[in-house]
Amino acid sequence: MKEEKTHFFDKPENVKNFIRGFFIICILLLIADFSVPKHGDFYWEDIPQFYAAYGLVACIVLVLVSKYVLRRLVKRREDYYD
Amino acid sequence: MINAIPPAAIFIIGALLVPLFRGRMKSAFLLAVPVLGLINLISIPEGSHWATTFMGLQLTVLKIDRLSLIFGYIFHIISFITLLYALKMRNDVEYAAGMAYAGSALGVIFAGDLFTLFCFWEMMTVSSVLLIWARKTESSLAAGFRYVVVHIIGGVILLFGILMYATEKGSLDLGYIGLDGLASYLIFIGVGINCAWPLLHSWLSDAYPEATIAGAVFLSAFTTKTAVYVLARTFPGADPLIWIGALMAAFPIFYAVIENDLRKVLAYSLINQVGFMVVGIGIGTDLSINGAVAHAFNDILFKALLFMSMGAVMFRTGKINATDLGGLYKSMPLTCAFCIVGAASISAFPLFSGFVSKSMVMSASAKEGFTAVWFILLFASAGVFHHAGIKIPFFAFFSHDSGLRVKEAPFNMLLAMGITAFLCVFIGSFPGYLYGLLPYPVDYVPYTASHVMAQLQLLFFSALAFTLLMLSGIYPAEIRAVNLDADWFYRKGARAFMWFVTNPMTKVSAKVTRIVFDAIPSSLAQASKNPLSVIKIASDTVLLQFAIPEKRDEIKARIKREKEIFPGDIIKHWPIGSVILWAILFLLIYLLIYYAYNIR
Repeated sequence: MKEEKTHFFDKPENVKNFIRGFFIICILLLIADFSVPKHGDFYWEDIPQFYAAYGLVACIVLVLVSKYVLRRLVKRREDYYD
Repeated sequence: MINAIPPAAIFIIGALLVPLFRGRMKSAFLLAVPVLGLINLISIPEGSHWATTFMGLQLTVLKIDRLSLIFGYIFHIISFITLLYALKMRNDVEYAAGMAYAGSALGVIFAGDLFTLFCFWEMMTVSSVLLIWARKTESSLAAGFRYVVVHIIGGVILLFGILMYATEKGSLDLGYIGLDGLASYLIFIGVGINCAWPLLHSWLSDAYPEATIAGAVFLSAFTTKTAVYVLARTFPGADPLIWIGALMAAFPIFYAVIENDLRKVLAYSLINQVGFMVVGIGIGTDLSINGAVAHAFNDILFKALLFMSMGAVMFRTGKINATDLGGLYKSMPLTCAFCIVGAASISAFPLFSGFVSKSMVMSASAKEGFTAVWFILLFASAGVFHHAGIKIPFFAFFSHDSGLRVKEAPFNMLLAMGITAFLCVFIGSFPGYLYGLLPYPVDYVPYTASHVMAQLQLLFFSALAFTLLMLSGIYPAEIRAVNLDADWFYRKGARAFMWFVTNPMTKVSAKVTRIVFDAIPSSLAQASKNPLSVIKIASDTVLLQFAIPEKRDEIKARIKREKEIFPGDIIKHWPIGSVILWAILFLLIYLLIYYAYNIR
């Protein structure tokens, strides 16, 4: 049987580098935010890192609520309606 | 003046001709219909065509203005793309239903009056359900029936609204209606059902994942977007829409996070995106309506792209649950790339189409001072990236390797996805072309340094949240499960109704049957053997109630004797004279009734 070609994410170091690169972009975005002139419609839009904080918190809240509240309320066996 | 050909007619006639073609001719025909349609549409001047009168009311079958035109363009474009995508399906039902569906959607868009609109509205229901039934599974059959029932109820509500509106106003013209009176609310709700408003939405998340591979692409484009168009036409600036839209944008993302069926995830994100449009219409300024329409245009493209990529995965692997997929970037790299373009577009990454339209609605809500709505929409923007932007590509193409090794999607599917991906990037990079088509003049610049930075921060830190939750193992594992939604009310409700019908109701009905068809006739038959004796027993029974105590035993004994000898001999107790007396009495009653009726 032919040995299958190794793909990019098959190598753990590639995955690690990918995640590392992603973290670096996040840090760069935090730094770059200070150099951008702000003209938001609301005053809090002009607070540095407002959007970063909101994105992070919103998604953590989203996942936690979905997992611990919604799933607990609505999850049923796959044959529930059968 | 020579009348223009209505765009709907081209598609509907096309649908009827589908079975006449074979092989390559069929492919050519399928692709030619939307192209001819678009050429025809471009050649029709703006204004009203095909005006006629029906029962004293003015009807206009074809009316073109800037608002309807942009929907007309995108409907033609997406029909072409979807038919190209579906060429390998070799299923005439799908082709014909898809074309008729597109045609009736165009009929709604270009309707100049409410009656024409309603006719095409119902045609949409009938043709679209065929795209669900064409899957030919037991669950798609059931889901299709539920879909039809919901839409027929919606259609009836809409029809009542239209009839009342026509009676009040004496006109069927399609234009601004506004929330004023029962008729307008009925129309509002009738349209809202097709728009998948919260609690009225579950037909969508229930039925779309059950549709055929190409059917889901068709479905994602037309029903909700025609409803958005009708709302923009008839209820711009209606306040309830702002909150309805905000709810629509927010709640489906929670469901999308825990859903296992990836097409169902897309169905939820479809509701979420339509939420942005509904908010835009509710705000009702030029900027927000432009934003709603532009977002509808873009959403049709990127949502179709996402449905097409998931459809291609389904076509090759036969699976669609996140638990069964993963690692497909190895064998379907192009599909994966197109999926990522669709994901970036729906997430509103700069240079992708969602960025230039979603921000218009956001900006309008900020400018009009809807602070809470703005925060909800921002939450929804982060959330949509989370579930549609990351979850869809991640679980299908990356994540754990499912071991599936399949062929790349067929060429026609790749081409359809490629064209759509190109359009997403093109509109995102050169928004001027799209802005030029919008109903109102556009004075909006999406690409400012602060806006780009804000969006990049929002998205990257949403991705950071995903990464951290994944690495820490908190992210909810995909589970094979059913997640209850508003369809529970009618799915379980229908079952409860059937139980109610089969148990208490049948018992009551059995009892009624016994009394009406059995007990009453038999006692009447018994009584008719000797009616006078019955009267005697009855009168003695009444007498017993009023008799003095000393006489009671005597009367009781008499009743007992009378019952024993029943039917017995009439003559014995009832001399002929009393029979005559009774006869005269009845004649007298008859006479009185006769006079009572005639004196008036």
